[in-house]
Amino acid sequence: MAARCLLALAGISKTFDNGTEAIADLSLTVNDGEFVSLVGPSGCGKSTALRIIAGLLSPGSGTIEWSGERPEIGFVFQEPTLMPWADALGNARLPLVLKGIPRADADARAKDALAQVGLADFANAYPRELSGGMKMRVSIARALAAEPRLLLMDEPFAALDEFTRQSLNDDLLRLWAEHGLTVIFVTHSVYESAYLSSRVAVMTPRPGRVAAGIALDPNRVRNAEYRLSPAFADDARRISTALRSAMG
Amino acid sequence: MSRRIRILVPIALGIAVLAAWEILVRHFDVPRYVLPAPSAIWQAFLENFDALMAATWTTLWITIVAYILSVVVGVALAVVFSLSRTVEMALFPYAIILQVTPVVAIAPIISIWFGYDRINDVLLLLAWIVAFFPILANTTIGLRSADHNLIDLFRLYGASRWQILLRLQLPGALPYLLGAMKISGGLALIGAVVAEFAAGSGTATGLAWLLTLATRNLHMATAFAALALLSALGILIFFALSGLEWLLLHRWHESAVKKTL
Repeated sequence: MAARCLLALAGISKTFDNGTEAIADLSLTVNDGEFVSLVGPSGCGKSTALRIIAGLLSPGSGTIEWSGERPEIGFVFQEPTLMPWADALGNARLPLVLKGIPRADADARAKDALAQVGLADFANAYPRELSGGMKMRVSIARALAAEPRLLLMDEPFAALDEFTRQSLNDDLLRLWAEHGLTVIFVTHSVYESAYLSSRVAVMTPRPGRVAAGIALDPNRVRNAEYRLSPAFADDARRISTALRSAMG
Repeated sequence: MSRRIRILVPIALGIAVLAAWEILVRHFDVPRYVLPAPSAIWQAFLENFDALMAATWTTLWITIVAYILSVVVGVALAVVFSLSRTVEMALFPYAIILQVTPVVAIAPIISIWFGYDRINDVLLLLAWIVAFFPILANTTIGLRSADHNLIDLFRLYGASRWQILLRLQLPGALPYLLGAMKISGGLALIGAVVAEFAAGSGTATGLAWLLTLATRNLHMATAFAALALLSALGILIFFALSGLEWLLLHRWHESAVKKTL
């Protein structure tokens, strides 16, 4: 059965007020349940594309079409972007409070989201008391609390050490599968995109557009062994080659 | 350094200075109208206790009311500024004019406008003028300093302008506001005292007037007692506001968290 299209970007361009042309003629289709990585050099408009999809920026030209109503969206930034005055629970609860969900219900859902990212015991910890990886987990819990269908992630693990990053990669894959999420993941790491994605969209330097789409085997088992396997190296090589040719 | 030592060292120093002062004044037989000994100041404090307490209360009352008004008006205006650049552009220059005009220069004018029978209102207004600007300036910056990604996140989840203000901008501005409140607390007291000096009227009954009266009559011991009370008020205000700052920030803000550098 063909996968159902969730959203289609067609001919999207965006030029900022200062004259920077971030993206030009970007087209991308994302299917329901896919894990799509946007890979490209720094400043190629990956984050701009993500913000346009989230509705935080309006495109200069082009269209975004959703199949049906725009779904609930979760957003995870490169920085944890937590409110320092609120504890982990208060941060995870934020989307629910803003939507006017009663406090008891919001608390229960936020606690559940924290448990899913392994922070059940840290609900009352403040951001300054948490490590970088834990803060990022709170940020993911906050995105999950709103029960999104589409999760947008803007280089969320770029600032973390390799061990934490790999651990969060595995957690993300588990959550993606458990929740039936669709994920659009921005990264400039070829290896991260090779590990996580069901499809990689390789972008050109600014003004960015999608130069190539690389489908990866959705049924591969991803774990520590896979990271050392020839199959993984081969996927990374394919993405790297596409990236090099996109760079021109 | 342990907490006990940090408290004991300044107290011990204070006692040593007072003892040296007492000994030197007695030894050199310094006249009381030049420099009274601490024992003489204490004596004057006891003899004029009722008058000093009444004056202290007047000054404290004016300081507190002017301070509360400066916080309320400063924060309210900062919120308006953060909502509208146009209003800020229109009003901010006047707030600066108010700030840079010396209170001693406008005190006589305002005294005439209000009339000397309403001198406490004059003092209140002048103390407010002095204390208000740091609150306005700092809170405005604080409200503007909200993390742009967090603002985007609030927008993504459909937050209203009001929710962004209450749940993001105001809590984020709290460290800025509390810093300004500490500065303004001292300024309100200074404003109240300077205004009383500048208004220069016997109708004012605060510590500044008592100080003026005592020095004119060469009652230096009473003047020093009034001065000591003013210092005590200043210290009290500073510690009260530091306590408030600690209470509101110690769980989350780096400035209020214990650390060793």
